[in-house]
Amino acid sequence: MGDSQYSFSLTTFSPSGKLVQIEHALTAVGSGQTSLGIKASNGVVIATEKKLPSILVDEASVQKIQHLTPNIGVVYSGMGPDFRVLVRKSRKQAEQYNRLYKEPIPVTQLVRETATVMQEFTQSGGVRPFGVSLLVAGYDDKGPQLYQVDPSGSYFSWKASAMGKNVSNAKTFLEKRYTEDMELDDAIHTAILTLKEGFEGEISSKNIEIGKIGADKVFRVLTPAEIDDYLAEVEESAAATRRTGKIGNEEEESKMMTGGRNYTRLSIDSQKVSGSVCTPRWFFSRERGVKISPSHHLLICFHKR
Amino acid sequence: MSIFEYNGSAVVAMVGKNCFAIASDRRLGVQLQTIATDFKRISKIHDRLFIGLSGLATDVQTLYQRLVFRHKLYQLREERDMKPETFASLVSAILYEKRFGPYLCQPVIAGLGEDDKPFICTMDSIGAKELAKDFVVSGTASESLYGACEAMYKPDMEAEELFETISQALLSSVDRDCLSGWGGHVYVVTPNEIKERILKGRMD
Repeated sequence: MGDSQYSFSLTTFSPSGKLVQIEHALTAVGSGQTSLGIKASNGVVIATEKKLPSILVDEASVQKIQHLTPNIGVVYSGMGPDFRVLVRKSRKQAEQYNRLYKEPIPVTQLVRETATVMQEFTQSGGVRPFGVSLLVAGYDDKGPQLYQVDPSGSYFSWKASAMGKNVSNAKTFLEKRYTEDMELDDAIHTAILTLKEGFEGEISSKNIEIGKIGADKVFRVLTPAEIDDYLAEVEESAAATRRTGKIGNEEEESKMMTGGRNYTRLSIDSQKVSGSVCTPRWFFSRERGVKISPSHHLLICFHKR
Repeated sequence: MSIFEYNGSAVVAMVGKNCFAIASDRRLGVQLQTIATDFKRISKIHDRLFIGLSGLATDVQTLYQRLVFRHKLYQLREERDMKPETFASLVSAILYEKRFGPYLCQPVIAGLGEDDKPFICTMDSIGAKELAKDFVVSGTASESLYGACEAMYKPDMEAEELFETISQALLSSVDRDCLSGWGGHVYVVTPNEIKERILKGRMD
């Protein structure tokens, strides 16, 4: 395929045994916008940042989360145009399977076939690997499933995963927050909190996208209004947590928030501490606070009166 | 003489209560001459799915081999057996691939689906599916088979009664057809076991 001058593969082994092109592709993915997925006991949720290059872009026209079949959805981190090509191919494969067997394609099979396509582009002449990692969320007879597919063509099933810019923070956050018996709505809240972690700017329904699939086996992208509802719920529960003065989770949370981030936002709440335990704790107010560089850690101690 | 009548055949499948039965004759002929009296027309795809093929014997064997191939790959890839409905769609697609140079056989597919619900269907040589709730027939003796089954069939028969019914229907129909006969081969499949029996009828 292609010009005869490029009948050799552009992806070749380095002396250390690595495929450098694939490493570079993973770098491209790693500099893409954060996306994540969480598998709940009764469904799967996937979400992504939707940072547009300018306020003039019509955000309603941008759809980063796509359907592959009525019961399988996908989100990506990396190069948008490569994603479009993969979505097109995957949809065709899913429909071919359906036409042959008159049965909706199982999630595993679709993931495997998509991964095969991605692998082919690492071993064919005149082509480069795809610069995207995919998170495929689906619900079939085997229950809810979440798969990640990498540019190399390898795929993994995850309980929760993240990709893109903020991947290490997001994964740490998910590791702490994930529970096996989480329900879909909890998972959506956790997804929003995880996105909020590394979010530059104010999170709103205009700059994130969320897709979910439940036991009804219908994949849906949430409307901005629904996202607003979830955001409000998240804010409410965060405010409630602050008011009751919970420890433990928040403390670890605070420690995590400062490690490895570009900047930390905090301002001191003038509220008196109503909890009776003497522990250092972080307070975050809702107003945008002062930007402090990463090496600063401010510890405020409140003593029992 | 039509090419479908070259070898002679009779295949029938019937639905019972959480079970099904599939039966065929055993004659292999070359027009008027009988070559073999133990020809296998019904084959197992997996423990809950059987296919009987009538028509030209060479296509019967080749098509069976192709279908087993496809099913084995499916089993390896998807780590499960094919559902009968899915298998029927697959057979239909494979037959239609050869629309302008078809396999000269008519399959009869019988299986137990989810919840042990029996499934039967037949199709013509280019893949037109025909689902039925009671019985399906194919082969040179099909017209007699239609009549016999219609008369003898009752819904919700248990395995033993189903065996009796399908055997009587098969033997009386092939007796009216010179190209099929020389005994019968009956499989009765319930969720727990597969019973295979050979019938002795008029050996002519």
